[in-house]
Amino acid sequence: MARYTPPQQSKAGQIFDIAVVVVAIFVALWLPLKLGLAGAAKSIDPLDAKTWDALGQNATMASIWEKLGYTPETAHDVIQNHFHYIIDWPTLIIMAIVLIAYFVFLFRASDKEYREVINEKFDDK
Amino acid sequence: MTAAVDTAQTTTIHGDRVSLLRVLGPAHVWALGVGIVLVGEFTGWNFSADKGGALAALIVCWIVGLLYTSVAMIDSEVTSTVAAAGGQYAQAKHIVGPLMAFNVALFLVFAYTMLEVSDAILLGDTIVAKAGVEGLTHNSFIAATIVVLAWLNYRGVLMTLNVNFVITAIAYVSIVILFFSVSPWTQGAVLKLNELVTPGNALPYGWIGVIAAFQFGIWYYLGIEGTTQAAEEVRSPARSLPYGTMAGMITLLIAAAMTWYVCASMMPWEYLGITYYPLWDAGKLSGSPLLENLLFIATLLSALASANGCINDAARAWFSLGRDRYLPSWFSAVHPKYRTPYRSILFLLPIALAFAFIADLNQAITFSILSGVLQYTFMSINIMMFRKKWPLGTIRRGYTHPFHPLPAIVLFCLCMVTFFAIFLGFGSQLIAMTVFYFLISLWFHFYRYKFVRRGDQFSMPWPKPQGY
Repeated sequence: MARYTPPQQSKAGQIFDIAVVVVAIFVALWLPLKLGLAGAAKSIDPLDAKTWDALGQNATMASIWEKLGYTPETAHDVIQNHFHYIIDWPTLIIMAIVLIAYFVFLFRASDKEYREVINEKFDDK
Repeated sequence: MTAAVDTAQTTTIHGDRVSLLRVLGPAHVWALGVGIVLVGEFTGWNFSADKGGALAALIVCWIVGLLYTSVAMIDSEVTSTVAAAGGQYAQAKHIVGPLMAFNVALFLVFAYTMLEVSDAILLGDTIVAKAGVEGLTHNSFIAATIVVLAWLNYRGVLMTLNVNFVITAIAYVSIVILFFSVSPWTQGAVLKLNELVTPGNALPYGWIGVIAAFQFGIWYYLGIEGTTQAAEEVRSPARSLPYGTMAGMITLLIAAAMTWYVCASMMPWEYLGITYYPLWDAGKLSGSPLLENLLFIATLLSALASANGCINDAARAWFSLGRDRYLPSWFSAVHPKYRTPYRSILFLLPIALAFAFIADLNQAITFSILSGVLQYTFMSINIMMFRKKWPLGTIRRGYTHPFHPLPAIVLFCLCMVTFFAIFLGFGSQLIAMTVFYFLISLWFHFYRYKFVRRGDQFSMPWPKPQGY
């Protein structure tokens, strides 16, 4: 097998490639933040009576909350802020398909490249 | 004038070839791994209590500990055999192929850069909380942390990891001091586990909460695999890397167990799940000003050690991409005097700064975890391929991990559970990041790969892999 000689990349080409990677990084990480897609579904389940008892706190817990500077009123929004775990099946299925497709492509394309590497490396052995 | 040599593991300066220095020992490997991870005990792990309750945080501490034990075992075998800068990147290059290596390097850079961002935010927030000054923001502390540590990394790896060894050891000892100061053998005096974790509140969301807690349970240990990044700068990789990594994992398992026990016994789970400083809070609640100040300082030191190690690791992964021409070879330059991958360090600096100002702690941690779990999924498949292509006895391994393929299967299954846990809170982000990796992979495979020298990607003195 003939040894592959890669083309020389110009400086402008190198700068362009760096820009592509940087833009892609920022889009992937920043866009979900900007669109408000990041973060779990958490909401406050309000209680009318704001006492340690009503908040489900025993005497030990109440004394620690107070040591930390909380009153039943200020602790209410912390204690009653709950996750609501609902499995959104369409999103879960999309996530699974994207992940599987990504890994399948990754291993198949890598194998194709790897065969070229091995063929060239061990060509004369 | 510095010109990078395309394929060699060196840079040519005025005709002289300059490479990374082999100056590190097992203690530095331990400091790099534990230094990156220990901050997870000071913040982050406790968000798993928010997700599923105090008991869920303990369950994931053990189960995720199993995941990372598998990671450390697998990593020790492969890295002690493929000892090159880039760690898992070099492994992927030799075992799976260039595209996988490109992706793995990006996983590493993202995981470590976002971890560095989380560390800097934690450090800034901790100082602001301690100062208690109206109007004081964390921005200047974040910027100073990232810039000073980047400078330290620019100046040399030995100094960087010596600093890490000292500050990591101090932070670790502070957890041990806290543990023994609160009479862990006696319940009721300082620790009140039975009254704080009751049958009624131990798992407030049931088992779905335990699964959800996996997302932040990863934070107990995330980054231990970073020990492999130093492979090319370690004097004896076959001995130092497995020893330093396994010692680091044992250290962290002990620290995680002590941290959970003390924190869950000192504060209600609802508070534990939202605080940014669980160990510092434990110090405050102990009533001892000495412990409070010790844990405050230890929180800062752990954040510094972690950010320091992350800059070290992310820069080496980026450097490796440049050296193999997966990215422009300009990044592969080694500093003529300090022998560090200085261009990679400088390039990643503004990216870390930018995200430190636009993301909050929770989001930065999640970014890091996402890339980490993608990488662990790769590792579970990678070790199967490694054993298949070069069965035991065909090449010299520095270390052979026991019970194969059990650790790989355990690792793969736990990664799937963690993906589901991430879906429960950050599903859209996981999809966005995977789409990014998909698109950048297409870019690499169909365009960038043409600049890569094929045969040079395989540099280990091994026989041809079986099946090729």
